[in-house]
Amino acid sequence: MSDGSLNAFGRGALPLGPRSPRVAAGNRWLMHRAAKPLLFVAALLPLAWLVWGAYADALGANPAETLIRSTGDWTLRFLCLTLVVTPLRQWSGWQALARLRRLLGLFTFFYGVLHFLCFAWLDMGLNLQAIVRDITKRPFILVGSAALLLMLPLAATSFNAAIRWLGAKRWQALHRAVYATALLAILHFFWMRAGKNDFAEVAVYAAVLALLLGWRLWRRFAKPAQRMNPGSHSASG
Amino acid sequence: MPKDRAFDHPVSSEITPRQVVLDRRQLMRGAAALAAVTALPLRAQPARPGKLAPLPAAKTLLAGAQTMDKPTPYADATSYNNFYEFGTDKADPARAAGTLKTRPWTVVVEGEVRKPGTWDIEALLKLSAMEERVYRLRCVEGWSMVIPWVGYSLAELVKRVEPTGNAKFVQFVTLADPAQMPGLRSAVLDWPYVEGLRLDEALHPLTMLAFGMYGEVLPNQNGAPLRLVVPWKYGFKSGKSIVRIRFLEKQPKTSWEAAAPSEYGFYSNVNPQVDHPRWSQATERRIGEDGLFAKKRPTLMFNGYEAQVGQLYAGMDLKRFF
Repeated sequence: MSDGSLNAFGRGALPLGPRSPRVAAGNRWLMHRAAKPLLFVAALLPLAWLVWGAYADALGANPAETLIRSTGDWTLRFLCLTLVVTPLRQWSGWQALARLRRLLGLFTFFYGVLHFLCFAWLDMGLNLQAIVRDITKRPFILVGSAALLLMLPLAATSFNAAIRWLGAKRWQALHRAVYATALLAILHFFWMRAGKNDFAEVAVYAAVLALLLGWRLWRRFAKPAQRMNPGSHSASG
Repeated sequence: MPKDRAFDHPVSSEITPRQVVLDRRQLMRGAAALAAVTALPLRAQPARPGKLAPLPAAKTLLAGAQTMDKPTPYADATSYNNFYEFGTDKADPARAAGTLKTRPWTVVVEGEVRKPGTWDIEALLKLSAMEERVYRLRCVEGWSMVIPWVGYSLAELVKRVEPTGNAKFVQFVTLADPAQMPGLRSAVLDWPYVEGLRLDEALHPLTMLAFGMYGEVLPNQNGAPLRLVVPWKYGFKSGKSIVRIRFLEKQPKTSWEAAAPSEYGFYSNVNPQVDHPRWSQATERRIGEDGLFAKKRPTLMFNGYEAQVGQLYAGMDLKRFF
């Protein structure tokens, strides 16, 4: 995906124009050698905080619950960040944002795996039978597991060679599964809170995801003339 | 072996000589007495946290009301609370409950009683001798604590207000004042929070009206100035900051039952065999004691109070009346 977007970079059709100094500066920043390593380190900070908290007993009275919930929260946050890249890129003209998207996507998967491991270890005591029983018996855990499982092929085909093997079209079609992951993830969170009728946080994530997915629907079905820059339509995803 | 397989007779050389048994018993008795003497000063008065006004109490004499489980650290018991009137996050009550005004405070007793009326908190504090009881507390969410409560059996109050023959249930209404409770802005539950017991449950000596914990008055986030404690039921049955007690003929609706009838029933007895729809109730995590990677401990029927309360539910289908 980053290939296509980078080709689009500098091709024009940017809302502020490629020569706008602000946009150019933003792109230069994003193209900097340190941009990816910096993001990588930043994306590890939540994990570092949780590991330190667990070690220093700073995760409250129920550290297991804090770990399970925090890793779930961070999965959702990284999912939102991943999905915001394309709209933000279109809107701001910072085409170089696209190079950070894979990293964000992989961190979504990473925190999702951590979330599952925390559940399996801290809640289920790594008892395989109990884990399977819980997944099959409880819809909200089933849905969460499905969301994670759907990310697996995406993570597995995240490198450049995979795009070449699959062909850009097929690769892109496969990676649209992230929309299904988003829907399943928010349903997982909704059901988890449903028993307590406590939807304030769920509503925030649902609104963000609805906006991000709605924008894509609008891009797809609105008349080309209504879109801001039809030129890079093929790069949206 | 000979044919006689019904009973394995011990070889006579394996029988422990009588004197050895007696000596051993004596030794054990001595050890137990020594342990009791050395442990007594620690057990009788766990060090007060020194945060709030002391509420002196004698150790309870009620059978089964003094678990030997290790009390949960005060810091955990006062920072990890479900008290939705102050927010739905467990850290919210400790942060936000400072606005709760616990004086003046009255409790209205009404309904099917011969002596309805309004009780002042000071009168309730003097109604009966304060006892310290160490109860296990099992939350429906799958965690547990051990709390040294201070108070007395709710039955003391019930007897004084003289329920009529029509009284079959007791409803507990808790404070719902938006000026003091920021959580009331959220529609998580229908306010005020209401809970209920069958009259025989309310009269059971283990059912406690608590005014303090850890030798001091209740912190606001734990339900000051008075709350219910029903140790064999999930924690949410024990209403906090009670303002009204109603005696009723019909089973009252409770807040959680109204919010999610498939998940929370009227009885809500701790029962490892009846799962919550979204998680198992077979095990629990003891707050402040079980390590992060420790296996969760098994949950006991009626939270370990089956010997005391089991007969209340004789013949009842506890899967149906969950």
